[in-house]
Amino acid sequence: MTVAEQARLDLEADVLVIGGGPAGTWAAITAASSGAKVVLVDKGFCGTSGATAPSGTGVWYIKPEEELRRQAKESRFTLGGFLADNRWMDRVLNRTYENMNKLGDWGFPFPLDDGGNPYRRGLQGPEYMKLMRKLVQRAGVRILDHSPALELLADDHGVGGAAGIRTQTGQEWSVRAGAVIIATGGCAFLSKALGCNVLTGDGYLFAAEAGASLSGMEFSNAYAIAPTFSSVTKTAYYKWASFYYEDGSVVEGAGSQRGRSIIARNLLAGRQVYASLDQAPEDIRPLLRIGQTNFFLPFDRMGIDPFKDKFPVTLRLEGTVRGTGGIHITDESCATAVPGLYAAGDAATRQLICGGFTGGGSHNAAWAMSSGSFAGEGAAKHAQSLGAKSGTRVLKGLSSSVIAGKQGSQTAAKSAEFVRGVQAEVMPYDRNLFRTEQGLQGSIERLDGIWSEIRNGSAGRTVEAVKAREAAAMTATARWMYNTALQRTETRGMHKREDFPQLDGSQHYRLLSGGLDRIWVRAEKVEKEAALH
Amino acid sequence: MIEIISASRCISCNQCVSVCPTNVFDKVEDGIPVISRKDDCQTCFMCELYCPVDALYVAPDAEGPTQISEAQLELAGQLGGYREKVGWGPGRTPVSQHEYMYQLAVKTSF
Repeated sequence: MTVAEQARLDLEADVLVIGGGPAGTWAAITAASSGAKVVLVDKGFCGTSGATAPSGTGVWYIKPEEELRRQAKESRFTLGGFLADNRWMDRVLNRTYENMNKLGDWGFPFPLDDGGNPYRRGLQGPEYMKLMRKLVQRAGVRILDHSPALELLADDHGVGGAAGIRTQTGQEWSVRAGAVIIATGGCAFLSKALGCNVLTGDGYLFAAEAGASLSGMEFSNAYAIAPTFSSVTKTAYYKWASFYYEDGSVVEGAGSQRGRSIIARNLLAGRQVYASLDQAPEDIRPLLRIGQTNFFLPFDRMGIDPFKDKFPVTLRLEGTVRGTGGIHITDESCATAVPGLYAAGDAATRQLICGGFTGGGSHNAAWAMSSGSFAGEGAAKHAQSLGAKSGTRVLKGLSSSVIAGKQGSQTAAKSAEFVRGVQAEVMPYDRNLFRTEQGLQGSIERLDGIWSEIRNGSAGRTVEAVKAREAAAMTATARWMYNTALQRTETRGMHKREDFPQLDGSQHYRLLSGGLDRIWVRAEKVEKEAALH
Repeated sequence: MIEIISASRCISCNQCVSVCPTNVFDKVEDGIPVISRKDDCQTCFMCELYCPVDALYVAPDAEGPTQISEAQLELAGQLGGYREKVGWGPGRTPVSQHEYMYQLAVKTSF
């Protein structure tokens, strides 16, 4: 390695975007189009990182016609436990409609409908994210790939940048910026759900270390149906599945929607469940193959015909990636309570548009592109309002555990051990999917133990710190999840309490949480005028 | 998980090293890349899509290694199969604009 490569990389910008998935890329191009100088850092590679890139997704793209919009808002309002916000749904529907039309103008290859017009209710991930990377570059944004952030930088006036490490060279980086947008995605706890292993809740930890709150962290127990051997999580296609026991008899009540619990209870009892998409009508099978090419890839490679054969399935944890909890945003620009800090995409709470349940990708895709562009506008404006002052700020790192020197007590092996400890609390269906007071309290106690070990440890400011911080982020995320879940003594949205199986009308509020060593949880009223009905 | 970098096909462009979101590969001076951190592979198939010469193979098993040889894959015609289906590469049409995408939406709720 040359001396030049070893030297630190220190940059200045108006806006720093952390995360290069859909939300981050929309944030970057929107901020840049407002005239801001933008740097985007990605833990992996902007264009392939995250849950969207490897997959296909529907998009909540609804023509601006009153009746269609009313139905769209109504469709998941009840499922989401009445926690969505009418005005936010309107804003996101409007912005998604605009942004999808822009994507068409910018060259996204949409299919054509019968009238020869582009059909814009879906996106193929590889194509979408390849285009977004190109747009980010064209906007003059500097991209740092393989450059995870390790901590935010701040002073008394708020957040003013971030610092991290470049994993392919070991070079330290820092970016001083007037505003920072966290677009790091949700947290799937390294479950290998498709594309999710870069999503370890890093942004939640950064936000909390800066003093921001989280919201809706009890809505964090999404599990996807997948073949036991496979990473491909595409629960939607299982609506054509029949589920069987090993002897070929049918698993009554099992299904991709509400019947997921029945699959989970069987798996918990040690009874393997098998699926076959044998209910898909012959005429749509070739269409399904085109609709999600990646869904069929593992089957084809294993020599399985998913429309005829029975294959073993499992439920893979998607955590908050398909949950709706995330960083609490305090205004229409997706700002947090901390000056200079913004959140977008899965890193931010999605309760505003779908309450406590997403039910699939289309709302998440709409939220990512809308909140990304809202945050991009807000952050650019904030940075511009700071003017020349920002260059003279004295910033310090906010990491709650020590990152210094060449080596720390938290080695890669130690980080892996912490991660296994967290996974043992959040992956089992009888702890996370089906929650009880006793179960949650036990988990919280063990997670608190892991947290204090991490807090008392240290990591070198080297590539080893990446896994150390991921372990810390996952531990903290699990603690916010379970402390919030403990407080919500009812069943609402995706949050299921075995000991409180009914919705309780008196708990019609959102739950904010935060804190590091001591976790706090408090209720936030849902404004009456914001409700759909 | 990632299993194969075909030495006979690879042109050392190091695209896979760049695009892998979990940084599984390492560049090699005067050689083809190596799989250095296989345990970090999340089986997302993105490296295969970006490989311009179809030199990579990601086995469908996300949980552990698969014993498979390049010769077997060549025989089964599986190298490059995913890229072809997605419609990437010279002379191909992206699957995202396939007419079935719209027809599927009409016939189902997608």
